[in-house]
Amino acid sequence: MEGKTQGLPAHAETSEHKHPGPGTYVLVGTVLVMLTATEVAVYYISSLRGLLVPILLVLSAAKFSLVVLFYMHLKFDSRLFRGLFFGGLALASALMLALLLLFRVFFGG
Amino acid sequence: MWTFLGSECLFFGSLISNYLVSKGKSLVGPYPHEMFDIPFTSVSTFALLMSSLMMVLAYAAIQKGNQRGVRIWLLATAFLGLVFLGGQFYEFTSFVREGLTLQTNLFGASFFLLTGFHGAHVTIGVIWLLSLWVVAMRGGLTREKSLNVDLAALYWHFVDVIWIIIFTVVYLIP
Repeated sequence: MEGKTQGLPAHAETSEHKHPGPGTYVLVGTVLVMLTATEVAVYYISSLRGLLVPILLVLSAAKFSLVVLFYMHLKFDSRLFRGLFFGGLALASALMLALLLLFRVFFGG
Repeated sequence: MWTFLGSECLFFGSLISNYLVSKGKSLVGPYPHEMFDIPFTSVSTFALLMSSLMMVLAYAAIQKGNQRGVRIWLLATAFLGLVFLGGQFYEFTSFVREGLTLQTNLFGASFFLLTGFHGAHVTIGVIWLLSLWVVAMRGGLTREKSLNVDLAALYWHFVDVIWIIIFTVVYLIP
């Protein structure tokens, strides 16, 4: 055991067997392509113009989550790694919100 | 790597904010709706998404000690990364031909800054992947060295998720 795990990252020792297999990765890839196709289709449907922004944001968030949770295997890794990434993401979101409010983007300023 | 990626969130968060703040404030054209070719960019996006799938298959292969699989999937990932970069190069040159440069207006400045930095990240990723592929071809990428593939994969997927945001915020949202 000692020799086998030498040089491997901490998460590999604990979660190597929990990581999904190629079948799950292909399934996630298929869903990602379908979501992207939906995004592009929604962009061209004029009757959905009023709902375009929320629909696109939800679809984009779903794609983001799939890649981060499955391909970057954060769903299966330690809480420390999740904290480091989502901490940075939360700070970035706060920074974006502050800048957009400062420049009155939401108020058409 | 996770700390680095967390800090990269802030970096790209600033660039995306800069684009959104500048949006609709250009005094002279050309404007975004005159420039973007959504079907073309959708194909580039598809290539980058598929490259992430190839990358994760390379990771799965090295976890099983499948060296042939690692070589194939790493090369496929780098190839699709190059396809994306080729698309970006074509897009940038056609924009410049149509009169949109970094100095033309706020849209040009913020667009080229954001997508240019993303393209630079993709370029670094492709160089990293090809370096790993060379090591794999020499038989130096064994299961014990899966961390090397893991780190490159994390970086590559991060570049992909940033593009997911850029594609929506910059190209699709009017």
